[in-house]
Amino acid sequence: MIGFLARRLLGLGLTLWLASLVVFVVLEVLPGDPALLMLGVDARPDTLAALRAQMGLDQPVPVRYLGWIGGLLSGDMGISHTYAVPVADLVRDRLAVTAPLAGLAILLSTAVALPLGVLAASRRGRVADYGVMAFSQLGVAIPNFWFGILLVLWLSIGLGWFEAGGFPGWSEGLGPALKSLILPAVTLGLTEAAILARITRAAVLDTLGEDYVRTARAKGLGAGAVMRRHVLRNALIPITTIVGLQFAFLLGGAIVVENVFFLPGLGRLLFQAISQRDLIVVKDVVMVLAALVVAVNLIVDILYAAIDPRPKGMA
Amino acid sequence: MIFRPPSLAPQSLALGARLSLAVGALLLALGVPAPTGASAQARDRLVIGMHLEPPHLDPTAGAAAAIDEVTYANLFESLTRIDARGEVIPGLAESWQVSPDGLTYTFKLRANVRYHDGTGFDAADVKFALDRARGPDSVNAQKAYFAAIASVETPDPLTVIVGLSRPDGQFLFNMGSNDAAIVAPESAATNKQKPIGTGPFKFDRWVSGDRVVLARNPDFRDPTVPKLREVVFRFISDPAAQLNAMRSGDVDAFPNIGATETLPVLEADKNFVVTVGTTEGETVLALNNARKPFDDVRVRRALAFAVNRQDVIDGAMFGYGTPIGSHFAPHRAGYVDLTGMYPHDPAKARALLAEAGYPNGIDAVIKLPPPIYARRGGEIIAAQLAEVGVRLRIEPMEWAPWLEQVFKGRDFDMTIISHVEPLDIDIYNRPDYYFGYHGDRFAAVMDKLSRAIEPDARAALYGDAQRIIAEDSVNVFLFQLPKAGVHRAGLTGLWENSPVPANDVTAVSWK
Repeated sequence: MIGFLARRLLGLGLTLWLASLVVFVVLEVLPGDPALLMLGVDARPDTLAALRAQMGLDQPVPVRYLGWIGGLLSGDMGISHTYAVPVADLVRDRLAVTAPLAGLAILLSTAVALPLGVLAASRRGRVADYGVMAFSQLGVAIPNFWFGILLVLWLSIGLGWFEAGGFPGWSEGLGPALKSLILPAVTLGLTEAAILARITRAAVLDTLGEDYVRTARAKGLGAGAVMRRHVLRNALIPITTIVGLQFAFLLGGAIVVENVFFLPGLGRLLFQAISQRDLIVVKDVVMVLAALVVAVNLIVDILYAAIDPRPKGMA
Repeated sequence: MIFRPPSLAPQSLALGARLSLAVGALLLALGVPAPTGASAQARDRLVIGMHLEPPHLDPTAGAAAAIDEVTYANLFESLTRIDARGEVIPGLAESWQVSPDGLTYTFKLRANVRYHDGTGFDAADVKFALDRARGPDSVNAQKAYFAAIASVETPDPLTVIVGLSRPDGQFLFNMGSNDAAIVAPESAATNKQKPIGTGPFKFDRWVSGDRVVLARNPDFRDPTVPKLREVVFRFISDPAAQLNAMRSGDVDAFPNIGATETLPVLEADKNFVVTVGTTEGETVLALNNARKPFDDVRVRRALAFAVNRQDVIDGAMFGYGTPIGSHFAPHRAGYVDLTGMYPHDPAKARALLAEAGYPNGIDAVIKLPPPIYARRGGEIIAAQLAEVGVRLRIEPMEWAPWLEQVFKGRDFDMTIISHVEPLDIDIYNRPDYYFGYHGDRFAAVMDKLSRAIEPDARAALYGDAQRIIAEDSVNVFLFQLPKAGVHRAGLTGLWENSPVPANDVTAVSWK
């Protein structure tokens, strides 16, 4: 297990280093002068030069790369050019929206999709199965931003139960903050639940056909116990993989829904930073997202080991 | 300044369909909290919606209009002040005198003014702020406003004497801009995140990405100002989300709504008042005068004859916008209506092109920045020009490459852009400016203007300037950008026009 973890961690480090090279090089070739963008077109050349020097843009490329990576390694993410605050603060503020949102969406989708998937598999070919499959088909087909707008029209404008969007901040208390995340989480959760329900159904059906399940039944175990002890436990491996992927995707990919609900999340920060050429923020956010994805994958791998304790030839 | 910060392209969104029962059940299962009644709002609080979040809140260190739209007159004050009509009125200076040669301005400052952190305000602060803005380390986006200043003297704590190296007819107006805000030496370095000004509101908090909250300054020198207890600026960039926020009551006003296509929906609702005012934004089809074939005035005139302004306004702006025939705002003194100089006449356009040596037309590229007026306007203009044989390839661009290529690199044939700085016709007198125009007649008029102080003489000279660039057809002048806003019924005191970028809420109240 220790060798397995060590190798995984080494791979993780390599992945992140490669990601840092790619993001740095891509931003180097991206056209657009951040100083010009900040000062607008009336800026005089001496003003621009002063700002560029302030931003460190006048230094050679390798120096800037090493300065950036060195800073990251020592925990210093630098200062945002546009917002003039430490990038770490920005990322922390935005993660405080995005991470709970992604978590809530995954929680909702798993809570809905697991029972539905199991139900569909155990009633294969019957009404319940078709019902679940229809829900799942619909959930995948509906674009989530459009579904979000429908929810706002119905529950915010129609019934006045929720604000149409925005995030009051955790300082306003747990209740208001969580409440502002409910509609976006439902919106995001729908698609994920639809996908997950299908995966669950397929995984459960696969395991239902295995020899050991037949054996378990043959020795007289009840249907419920077979499902819990033998089927679900094995079906959980593909399900965990998908949930892990979905969570990693939601951390960076919720931007469209963040726009619909005007939530200040990580995806929107990245989008704004790109269009404002706030390069240090772009680089740092991409690295944070890469690190999160890699970390989630690592956790999923460890979970495999917990779910399936057979020794793995350390694959 | 023609800089407009990046904006999101509008998404076309279909509305209205039925919700699945499954989702309804899901919501109930969550135990959704009881209705809070978003509309039951105290009447001394105002929520203003804005398209973009300001990058920071220091108006002396950035060009983004969003900074001014939060801080101007509310948080920060300048020596003079621009009112809703674009007139110069007293600000931190209660009066001033100008010497007959136009070179010495003596400002008499208000007494009993304090900054929000309790420090006092006097002439030393004014000297500090002006010297900082014109100094070598200045990152002021409008440093040119301070270029004529030769000296700043403070004979006593309530008097400032500013000496100019040359007369500057715009000086008092420029000193009323937010870029000339009088910041204090104690707080200038930290204003980006924690702005400290002298205005009737003080900074309360900033929820990054969501809102900036201003609170009434209880120590303001005039106890009757402001009328509101709290002002919240919320940042919503998606047009559909803007509409939803208005209709759900989360936002009381959108003084500058990005997507004009949402206005008819709001106009039909008696809870809302839609206002369409003016801005200082002259929207033009800019031509690269330094590049063939646009260096030929006959080609430029042909393009002017080929474009139908009203179709562009109707198609790109849903009918909101005033046609212009030169580079001058119709609401300003000295405006001359030149929209009749090049009536829509495709036959004449074709004849002019043939005369210039292009009987088979022209191939060109039009580079379009992100605003809606440019993207939609570009498509309509491409169709209109195609009728006279000018074949355009449309190249949409983000702001950063547009600034780099078109504005700075001057690598373009045509573009569409709104020049939002007030009274900026002098840009036609800068040979190194992006559209590459130079005219001796125009330069002579500008030279006279810089020395003219008397209003009538200035207006006449502005008229000459407008005629010259219209005759030379430097650019194809399209329309004055409207300020289309919406607010809840019962709200009074919001600016209808936009003489400077601002949401001055010092006089706003609920009826």
